[in-house]
Amino acid sequence: MAKIVAGVGTSHVPAIGAALDNGKTEEPYWKRVFSGYEESKRWIEKIKPDVCIVVFNDHATAFSVDVVPTFALGCADEFIPADEGWGPRPVPVVKGHSALAAHIAQSVILDEFDLTVVNKMEVDHGLTVPLSLMFGQPEEWPCKIIPLAVNVVLFPPPTGHRCFALGEAIRKAVESYPEDLKVVIFGTGGMSHQISGQRAGLINSKFDKAFLDNLTANPEKLTKMKHVEYMREAGAEGVEMVMWLVMRGALNTNVEEVYRFYTVPASNTAVGNIILENRPESRARATAKKPTRAKKVAAVRAKAAPAKKKVAKKAAAKKKVAARKARR
Amino acid sequence: MKATKAKKKEYDDIPGTIVFDADQSRMGYGINMFCMSLLKEENRKAFKADEEKYLDQYKLTPEQREAILKRQWIRMLELGGNIYFTSKLGATDGLSFQQVAAKMTGSTQQEYADMMLAGGRPVKGNRRKSEWEHK
Repeated sequence: MAKIVAGVGTSHVPAIGAALDNGKTEEPYWKRVFSGYEESKRWIEKIKPDVCIVVFNDHATAFSVDVVPTFALGCADEFIPADEGWGPRPVPVVKGHSALAAHIAQSVILDEFDLTVVNKMEVDHGLTVPLSLMFGQPEEWPCKIIPLAVNVVLFPPPTGHRCFALGEAIRKAVESYPEDLKVVIFGTGGMSHQISGQRAGLINSKFDKAFLDNLTANPEKLTKMKHVEYMREAGAEGVEMVMWLVMRGALNTNVEEVYRFYTVPASNTAVGNIILENRPESRARATAKKPTRAKKVAAVRAKAAPAKKKVAKKAAAKKKVAARKARR
Repeated sequence: MKATKAKKKEYDDIPGTIVFDADQSRMGYGINMFCMSLLKEENRKAFKADEEKYLDQYKLTPEQREAILKRQWIRMLELGGNIYFTSKLGATDGLSFQQVAAKMTGSTQQEYADMMLAGGRPVKGNRRKSEWEHK
């Protein structure tokens, strides 16, 4: 059986990719960013996932304004790094896992998520920068990648609640895949940033830190946050953070935050990275099932007096009939 | 004027922010598809060789055309452009996202980069349009 073992949240700032590709990693400005990912690189090397599902957004690369799918799953065998106007990034071709992707697509569609299946898609910095941050600069990416593109460019993006629910459906799909595969899911984008308009450059570290805290311990709260709050508090493009909720929805309620890194800035953006490992749910479930004293009492009372209720109902019905007759 | 915008939106109140919604997208189709074409190297060359002639291929209003030719970055967004599209025009000019952003805020590249290094633009005083009125 395939299994999701952990989730990674990370920003996907294009300038990070450019800095890496142009050999600027030792410059103090960029070293501050890259050194924060050293621990994450060691972690993923140890975990050795077979497949990574990477939730990202396309930035007007594969999808123009001709077609804007809300959720689009990459089901191809490979995805070519795109030319975004500065020439393509010199990174390996992204190899997909088309069999697992097709399985996930079918499963989540039957779970009522009207997903778009994509069999050809060039991938931009939204997908390749997280891979570079987590895997460095290898000849080949060390595992298969399933890209899940979420629209956050054309307002409105899907709600955080919907993203979380899709994560849950993806988990169910992965767990019903017969082959033994170790899967890690990435939520990418964010953190606070605005790159458009006179308010460009907005950063809200307090918001970002609270988001990371809640992502681990209280994701329910985040699923209720409205888009306008993300935009007002974390910048117009900060709304990208809903994508981290797909990742969180695919994990256990019980997770352990094994790593966190946060720095400002990279270009226009606050950079965040978090690693959440699944932990057994058993104890949490046991407490959830335990009924409260009030519920126990109510249950006993209901058992003791079911006849009375029926009698009362019958009497009420008789009264109604009598009233109707009286009106006639 | 934006006569098409009848309904007040909850995000209208955020200052210095043009939200790319379905109404903006409808208006800006020509701008965005022009920018999209610049993903191809040969198109970037053709545009640079003769900007006016290249733009003839796209359905643009005179205001949109002027905004593109004069590189009025905010105006392009007001007329329906989206930053991820217009940044491709920036790339064609050799500008990074940060350089385009600096231009939109009316500061120099250095001033903008310094602001970011100092922790960015604070959210305090930048949440609502009313907070900008006394600036």
